[in-house]
Amino acid sequence: MKQWEVVIGIETHAQLLTQSKIFSGSSIAFGAQPNTQASAVDIALPGVLPVLNKGAVECAIRFGLAVGGQVAPKSVFARKNYFYPDLPKGYQISQYELPVVVGGKLAIQLGQGETLTEKTINLTRAHLEEDAGKSLHEDFHGKSGIDLNRAGTPLLEIVTEPDMRSSAEAVAYAKALHALARWIGICDGNMQEGSFRCDANVSVRPLGQKEFGTRREIKNLNSFRFMQQAIDYEVQWQIATIEDGGRIEQATVLFDPETGETRAMRSKEDAHDYRYFPDPDLLPLIIDRDWIERSRAAMPELPGAKRDRFVAEYALSVYDATTLTASLDVANYFEATVAAAGKASAKLCANWVSVDLAARLNKEGRETGESPVSAAQLGGLVARIADNTLSNNIAKKVFEALWNGEGQSADEIIEKQGLRQITDSGAIETLIDAVLAANAAMVAEFRAGKEKAFNALVGQAMKATKGKANPQQVNELLRRKLG
Amino acid sequence: MSLTLEQVRRVAHLARIEVSDAEAQTTLGHLNGIFALIEEMQAVDTNGVEPMAHAQDLAQRLRADRVTEENRRLAFQAVAPETEAGLYLVPKVIE
Repeated sequence: MKQWEVVIGIETHAQLLTQSKIFSGSSIAFGAQPNTQASAVDIALPGVLPVLNKGAVECAIRFGLAVGGQVAPKSVFARKNYFYPDLPKGYQISQYELPVVVGGKLAIQLGQGETLTEKTINLTRAHLEEDAGKSLHEDFHGKSGIDLNRAGTPLLEIVTEPDMRSSAEAVAYAKALHALARWIGICDGNMQEGSFRCDANVSVRPLGQKEFGTRREIKNLNSFRFMQQAIDYEVQWQIATIEDGGRIEQATVLFDPETGETRAMRSKEDAHDYRYFPDPDLLPLIIDRDWIERSRAAMPELPGAKRDRFVAEYALSVYDATTLTASLDVANYFEATVAAAGKASAKLCANWVSVDLAARLNKEGRETGESPVSAAQLGGLVARIADNTLSNNIAKKVFEALWNGEGQSADEIIEKQGLRQITDSGAIETLIDAVLAANAAMVAEFRAGKEKAFNALVGQAMKATKGKANPQQVNELLRRKLG
Repeated sequence: MSLTLEQVRRVAHLARIEVSDAEAQTTLGHLNGIFALIEEMQAVDTNGVEPMAHAQDLAQRLRADRVTEENRRLAFQAVAPETEAGLYLVPKVIE
């Protein structure tokens, strides 16, 4: 059996988080009535001229800085010519020969825990462009309906080198890019609403062959799960086609989530002849040093740098630090929790934020920013675990109480509900003596060499303390008494 | 360099311009005339001259990111051939 190597490059359209469109003052708010956010510029009435949105350029600069690319001092807008009813001008304003960002890289993480590895994906470029409108093909008496609200929405198209070698790497890249775009505040990342859409260029070649195989482009992948499924299907299809003696023809394909298959769009022989040329309506975009430096100064600490700092400053594992820097909200929440609990409890805070809190949020489909338990409250709770006021089990109850708003702080709930852990060994000893007296049979079994009986006694003792004793302490005291 | 009749037809098709055989022939002559002119200009030594993206040597003016447009759908759709439910209706196009 021949070994095959998969080669993937990804193009992403990220909708930029501006108020207005890239070349007009129309709103880009989602969900408005059709064509109520389409101005004379957006619908291409004769005589109108585009004026570039500074906010969109700022987003592109931030992205260029975040990936370590070169922010071009001079870039040029070009017309990409094609005819489609949701493209009123008959061309899309994009950038071609001189894009606003050149190069850059993004690190992706693969695997988990011990097997965590990192790989760098190189970016080719990122360029500014406008989105097209939407065509609705429901029945309008045999016609199509056109909504131009989306026409002119600012996009940053981010293009990678063909650096990915599996669907898992492609998804890891898409997730890392998605997280970064949100982190630096240039895109809301809402994939259902189409704010972040990926196209994957997929080809296969015999392992060891230098030349790339012929690629097919899977369009408009709007979820990470679909991306994985679509690429896996496409790869199997390409290998099977070649092994059956067929050839891969370059094509654009769509993924059908219903069948899990990719299928070629009707081929448009002229589709790729876009006849780009510089748009005479727009002058070159000049970005001077000052502007770049001002943007750099306003950048938040980036995920990679934050992760490394978490490892160094809080003595966390790379895995923990990676989980905690998955989004800026989570990272900020974690640091605020540590600030309340104390640095010595950082590892405990990490566990609570990335395990207990994450699971609880997940259960209700909420984001970190919507947590009913604030970082200060969670930090207060962790502090009570660290100083042995609470056992882990009782802490979970206190957390639940905080979640349900039964008190303002862990301390208040501990007092109100009498949950303080019993650490006074005198008090515990009294309880244990009572347990031993009441369970003479178990004691006899243990003395006869049945280790199981010991665990049963621990259970009885914990029950007697209503779970408020420190299990380890109960353990030790029991051993001493029985020993 | 000179164009072929086939290239003229292809460019016309891409631009969705309908040309008859006679028009294609005439257009071929016109375009080849322009190419001859370009060839003449290419004889000029432009070494060390930075290409310009625009005839004016100016930088693009930028607009502050603010919503300044209002909904004018009613006025725009008053001159559209066909609309329904706020949408512009066009002949069906599906790929």
